[in-house]
Amino acid sequence: MSVDIRLASSRGKGADLYHGEDPGNIVTPGDVITADTGFMRGHGTYMEEDCLHASVAGTVERVNKLVSVRPPKTRYNGEIGDVVIGRVIELALRRWRVETHSRMDSVLMLSSVNLPGGELRRRSEEDEKMMRSYLKEGDLISAEVQNVMSDGCLSLHTRSLKYGKLGQGTLVQVSPSLVLRRKTHFHNLPVGASIILGNNGFIWLSPTQDEQDGDTGGYQTNLQPVSHSDREVIARLRNCVLALADRQMLLFDTSILHAYEASMKHTVKELLKPEVIADVVDLVRQRMELEGS
Amino acid sequence: MADVNLSEAEKTFILHSVQDNFRDDGRSCEDFRHMEIETGLISNTNGSARVRLASTDVLVGVKVQLSPVDPENPEVGRMEFFLDCSANATPEFEGRGGEELASEITALLTRAYGCPSTMDYPSLCVLPGQQCWLLYVDILLLECGGNLFDAMSLAVKAALFNTKVPNVTMTKDEGGIELDVSDDPYDFKRLDVTGAPLVVTVNKIGHFHVVDASEKEEACSLARIMLGVTQTGTITAMKKEGSGSLDADSISDMMESAKKVGVLLNKSLLKALGEEEEQGTEAVGFLR
Repeated sequence: MSVDIRLASSRGKGADLYHGEDPGNIVTPGDVITADTGFMRGHGTYMEEDCLHASVAGTVERVNKLVSVRPPKTRYNGEIGDVVIGRVIELALRRWRVETHSRMDSVLMLSSVNLPGGELRRRSEEDEKMMRSYLKEGDLISAEVQNVMSDGCLSLHTRSLKYGKLGQGTLVQVSPSLVLRRKTHFHNLPVGASIILGNNGFIWLSPTQDEQDGDTGGYQTNLQPVSHSDREVIARLRNCVLALADRQMLLFDTSILHAYEASMKHTVKELLKPEVIADVVDLVRQRMELEGS
Repeated sequence: MADVNLSEAEKTFILHSVQDNFRDDGRSCEDFRHMEIETGLISNTNGSARVRLASTDVLVGVKVQLSPVDPENPEVGRMEFFLDCSANATPEFEGRGGEELASEITALLTRAYGCPSTMDYPSLCVLPGQQCWLLYVDILLLECGGNLFDAMSLAVKAALFNTKVPNVTMTKDEGGIELDVSDDPYDFKRLDVTGAPLVVTVNKIGHFHVVDASEKEEACSLARIMLGVTQTGTITAMKKEGSGSLDADSISDMMESAKKVGVLLNKSLLKALGEEEEQGTEAVGFLR
């Protein structure tokens, strides 16, 4: 039993987004970026009265003549090939609607999933009727972005055995801009848990599955209780991910593992306290600088 | 409360985690999440407080006004609660969406504070039988992150602690008594909140119960009871919510934990508020 009430005044300054360096080019919505007409209008900007204004809060980035503003807090802008995690919110004609923290709901077509058993066959009317038995409202899936429609709506696919329905575990939601794009987003961490870092800022933590179990595409869910040690690892990883996100650190396998190791001297629930978060994140930052990654 | 739609497997995971007494963020069943509190941050109220419990964010303002006494209780002051669920918290609150939740919470708070021992109501009566102070407690819900009832009751108690009721001078002239409210900002009296209750919500998940449930845990719980608990462990109000039924034995178990946690919560809150009073730092507010 513990209760921890703090005063707002005892909190230090807000998270240091730029680690002591002066970014120098932070704008808020409506700020004039330049009055020079020689620049091109990129994402996060708009033109008004011959001036280029910012439409979001963030840092100005310039590539040759293209000026854009990159916001630290944003919805997910999908790109083809991204790994995402989403939650099924609705069933429609031959498709599932999936919430992926994008501006519009994403769709997963019946024709772009592997049916249970990994069978590759034509989708019949029977399959259409059985859709809810494969995925129903509330289910979490991992998927890949197959296509971005003209209106920004994402079309997903799960036509690989590594994608599909997710079983037991914890979902953590962070800002999509904090997830670093890498070659692989699926990791079996050596500490005994699996992590999927969705490009959309959804992060899935689960106990590591045996090789054979991974081949079902996730349609058979294992509802056996997870062991206490696995649960502790998952909870610690969850708190580490949230700690890193709280201090605006990029999330990828190395940073999360560093945070996990740095957190070992604290108990899992201590990681919810701000001073412990600051301590752990500082250690991670130092180690990353030392290793030059 | 915002609806969280969880998959079967996630629910199972949470259910087993409660059974294991090791929740998904590492807390045990009777642990509260980290919270942050600040009082006196709105200058145009008599008392204000903001509580941030994990991601639940609540702002409370207290305004006092002289008004006619309640004819049924002519010798005591009055208190009224009003809750506004901002649509910023969740889009479901847009329009009239938050009204049901608002009336539920204000009803419980009214009941919890209705017990005469919770506040020194007679001292809020200015002129027995005629005028008393009416405390308008306005609650603004800014963000939902689970356990709204507890966070709100914490903020209400903190705001009442911070409330400065101006002193009144009475002059007798022909035709009656004239009341004169002091304009001097340093001429006030404070309220005694040592007896004020805090709401503790106990959620039943599987065969076990947890306090301070996150939104995900609330989605897994079928029945919960809310209790108004004072610092001495007196229960001033009780309400059961949810579709599930509860055993008499489990209710008494849940009440025991709520009492234990409630006493500790009251003590920690008053300690934190006392510290803030001593430090007397500038308002932090929402910037930082």
